[in-house]
Order: sequence, then C-alpha cells, then structure tokens
Amino acid sequence: MLRFLATRVGLLIPTFIGVSLVAFGFIRLLPGDPILIFAGEHGITPERYHQVAMQYGFDRPIWTQYFHYLGNLLHGDFGQSIVTRRPVLREFITLFPATLELSVCAIVFAVIIGVPAGVLAAVKRGSVVDQGLMGTALVGYSMPVFWWALLLVIFFSGILHWTPVSGRMDLLYFFKPVTGFMLIDSLLSGQKGAFTSAVSHLILPTIVLGTIPLAVIARQTRSAMLEVLGEDYVRTARAKGLSPFRVVGIHALRNALIPVITTIGLQVGMMMAGAILTETIFSWPGIGKWMVDSVFRRDYPVVQGGLILIAGIIMIVNLVVDLLYGLVNPRIRHR
Amino acid sequence: MVETTNPTRADMPLKKVARDARRAMLGEFWHYFAENRGAVLGLALFVLLVVVAIFAPLIAPHGPAMQDRSALLVPPAWEAGGSSTYLLGTDAVGRDLLSRLIYGARFSLFIGVVVVGISLVGGILLGLVAGYFRGWIDIVIMRVMDVILSFPSLLLALVLVAVLGPGLVNAMISVALVLIPHFVRLTRAAVMAEAGKDYVVSARVAGAGPVRLMLKTILPNCLAPLIVQATLSFSEAILDAAALGFLGMGAQPPTPEWGTMLAEAREFILRAWWVVTFPGLAILITVLAVNLIGDGLRDALDPKLKRS
Repeated sequence: MLRFLATRVGLLIPTFIGVSLVAFGFIRLLPGDPILIFAGEHGITPERYHQVAMQYGFDRPIWTQYFHYLGNLLHGDFGQSIVTRRPVLREFITLFPATLELSVCAIVFAVIIGVPAGVLAAVKRGSVVDQGLMGTALVGYSMPVFWWALLLVIFFSGILHWTPVSGRMDLLYFFKPVTGFMLIDSLLSGQKGAFTSAVSHLILPTIVLGTIPLAVIARQTRSAMLEVLGEDYVRTARAKGLSPFRVVGIHALRNALIPVITTIGLQVGMMMAGAILTETIFSWPGIGKWMVDSVFRRDYPVVQGGLILIAGIIMIVNLVVDLLYGLVNPRIRHR
Repeated sequence: MVETTNPTRADMPLKKVARDARRAMLGEFWHYFAENRGAVLGLALFVLLVVVAIFAPLIAPHGPAMQDRSALLVPPAWEAGGSSTYLLGTDAVGRDLLSRLIYGARFSLFIGVVVVGISLVGGILLGLVAGYFRGWIDIVIMRVMDVILSFPSLLLALVLVAVLGPGLVNAMISVALVLIPHFVRLTRAAVMAEAGKDYVVSARVAGAGPVRLMLKTILPNCLAPLIVQATLSFSEAILDAAALGFLGMGAQPPTPEWGTMLAEAREFILRAWWVVTFPGLAILITVLAVNLIGDGLRDALDPKLKRS
C-alpha cells in the first residue's frame, strides 16, 4: 500500500509542474505586453512600467522568471488581482465555501436519487420502469445544463414564483460569515427566515448542477447491480430464503457500490466544470463565476492563479479517490 | 503464415476470406445494433438532422438573418398572437426562429465533425506513438495528457479561447484539444494490449516497419473502443461549443449557432419563453440522438456484453 501511495503521489509532481507551466505560459501567450495586461485598462506610466518589470522580473531570462514564479507558488503567493488588488489565494479561500456548499448539495441530491433509481432499474430489468428510468437518465445525461437552468428559472421562478432567480441569500438578512457555508451560517445567526431563504436559493442550482452526475450515477449503479445480481453469492443468499429486500439492499448493493463510489468521486472534479455554467447563470458567488468573470474582465493574474488552485484541488480529489479505491479493492494496488 | 513466402498464390483466397469475414462482422454488428431500439431511433434522428442541415436553404421558410421589423418577438403559431408565417415565432429583432434553428443544425454538426476529427486523429497518432515506442516519449505524452485532464474541460477551453480570441474556429480548436486525452489513453492502452500478440510479432518478423505495424497491423484491432469514444466526444463537443457560445466566447452573433442564440435570448427569458426554449431543445435532441447511437454502438461492439 505504501508503494502504491508513493507512486501515485510521485506522479503528481510532474503533473503539477505541467500545470504551473500552463498557467505561467498562459500570460505570455496572450497577445500584447504582459505588463500592460497586468496594469489593466488604466494604462501605466513609464517609471511605473520599469518598476513593475523589475518587480515581476520581466527583465530576466524566461527560465529564471519561471523558477521565481514556481517559488512564489510554493510559498502560497498566487499573485494579485488587477481589479480588487487583493491576493488571489485570499479571494479563492473566501469564495471556495460557496462552491463547496453547492457541490456537496448537488452530489447528495444526485446520490439520493441516482442510486435508488439505478437499483430499481436493475431489479426490474427490461420492464417499463427500467426503460423509463434509463430513458430519463439518458435525457439528463444529454442535457445542456445552461438551458436546463433557464427552463427551471422560467418555470419555478417566473411562473410559480417559488424560488428566487439568483444569489445565495435575500438582502433582508445580513450576518457575518462564520463558516462560509450559508446553510450553517444562517442557522448560527438565529435570524428567523434566514435558513429558509438559504435553502430556497440553493434548490435550483443544486438541481441543475446535480442533474448530469445524477444521470451518470443512475446508469452506473444499474450496470454494477446487474453484474452483481448474477453472482453466486447473491443466488446463495436468495436460496437461504432471505427476503428480496435484504438480498438486494445488503448483499448485492454493498458490492455494487464500489465502482459507483469511484464514479461519485470523479464527479466531484467534474463539479468544478459544471459550476462554471451553473454559478454564472444563478449569480452564485463561487469559484466558477469568479473564473468566468475574471476571464471577461481580463483579470489575468486571477485566471492564472485560479487555474492552478482548481487543478490542484482536482488532482488531490482524484488522488484520494484512487487511494480509497486501492483500499477497497486490493487488486488495483498490485498492477 | 505461409503467404509471406509466396504472396501471389496465397493472397487471392485470403482476400476473399477477409472480405466475407468483414461482411459477416458488419452483419453481426448491425444485428446487435438494431436490437437496441433506442439506438435505431437515435440513428434515425441523426440522419434527419443531417438532411435538415444539408438542405437548410431549401427547407427553411426564411433566411437565417432576415429581419422583419413588423414582427418582433411574435409567439409560436399555436399561441395567441402567433402567425403561421413564423411557425416557432420570432426573436427580438424579428428573425424567424425555425429558420435559424434549421441553419443552426449545420453549425452543430459541423462542430461535432471537425472537433471529433481533430481530436480523433491527434489522439490516435499520439496514442500509437506512446503505446508502440514506450520509453521517454510515452512518459512525456502521458504526462502532458495528465496536465490537460487536471483542468475542468470547459474552464480550459474557456481560457484557451481567451488566449486565441473569441470565435467559432477558436472555440472548436480549444474543445478539440481538451478532448484529445481520452483518445490518447484509449489508443495507448489498446496498442499495449495488442503489441505483444502473435500476429503483430509475425508481421514484424515479416519485415513490416513501425509505421505499417502501427497503422495497418495494430490500429484496426483497436477501433471498437475508439468508435464509441468518438460518438461520446461528438455530443460533448456540441455541448461544450454551445456552452462557449452561451458564455459569449464561441460563435458570435448573428451566427445562428444554438448556444449563441440562447445567449442572445437570455434577457427575454420571462417575456418570451419560445426564444429560450427552442434552441436548447434543439441542442438536447441532437445530443440525445448521438448518445443513443453511442449506447447502441457500445452494446454492439463490446464483446463482454454480447454474451449476456
């Protein structure tokens, strides 16, 4: 297990170097002078230009610049936003809980509905229920999420007036963020209605972000269950006279869930991509919207730093999923 | 194995055998594909889309850019206030929605074909090289693919478009680049599994060079998973390009690309449901058709499922 861990972690190092090269090269590939880009739209005086050039080391050879940049990264210096003048890392840390909260809700939503749906489809294989569920799952899997979000807004916000159109909280309520998670903070604040408001803001983004993972999980659960249901030990359990519920729910499901858990883990990484569209449409103040806004504002230091931080998170999540899978399934370790 | 000494005499029957075998394989493939009713439905939908795209100028009742100033935001024909001239209604500058959707089919299919073409060819070449030669070149290629996979695909495509400049061509290049790693990984794994087999060794002993070994001996035996992946990537390419269009980084207005149409329609979301609903529905139907085909292909090409 230790050797497995060491090789997997060792593989991260070249990948991280590659990621940092992409982020470093990105600014230099942009058309135009990087200093003018850093300066933003207000322009820059010649004296300041030289000062910035010295500060960022643009007068030195490109490799020295890269190692300087890499050194900064390792010290936790991810650059500074042109627009807000705040460190990129601090902005990231402020905004990350919003994305995490939304992603967790979306995954929970996807698992709670997706796993039972997949089990039901597998048990009723070939029936109308199975075909209906899997047809729906394929529609969900093919869904353009940005359009799905607009449809839900038209229906639930426009026609029924059930849910708000955007944001995380009504402006009526104001409290200091303690954890950064609206659901917890609104409870801690003790203000009446704050929690309900947080929930109502979460519902539509959760559904939108959770739809594709839900479809993937349902399909995966079904095929994993079908495989397991044909195994000898399931037949034995049936022959012993156990109730169908015990056989399916305990004997089969527990084994079928192993590949499903990997899928769920990998979906967490996909969340960051889905969050880009979902957060933009619902004005959800998280990482995805931050990145899109920064691309449009030409706030390139933020894009640069954000790329590395997001890639870092995805790399770590994938590593954890891999390790967990190795723990559950010893065969993987000895490849 | 004898034919290497005397190719002229032994080649004839072998070619016929090969042709028959191929026909039998195709027949078997179609048998399994047609068993999946969803896949046949998807294929029918897709063929219909291709026909619509090719004959767009003949089918569309109006030009895609033609504006009727007297008919702004006209609802669909069956709604109150609708008109039979504009079956699905008009947008905010009086363009016929149906005609724009019909022309939009051209863009979506074009995007799918070009993007998958680029990433399929690029991915196969890189995967063949990595899997066949191994060593440092394999390490370099695979680490670069790891780097690409470390970013959320849409984010990386978005940033690439920001570097290259917004537009349909740049959006397609970016999406193609983001999709390449899947093909590289699949090809490499398949090549590594095949490379040690007897038929490859015998071809090498017979004097086949690396290029012939890679492209003519090994590649045809790795195609099944690549075909399935190409179908999946086709739908992903359409979705990602539409998403970029929606974010304003893909095709630029007034191009009747479906994602771009959605972006233009967004501000009328609560006033005119049809300008938002129909372009998205078109994307969904196209992607769904491709995914249905993909499911059918997987069932038909995957020998593991065939037995059950």
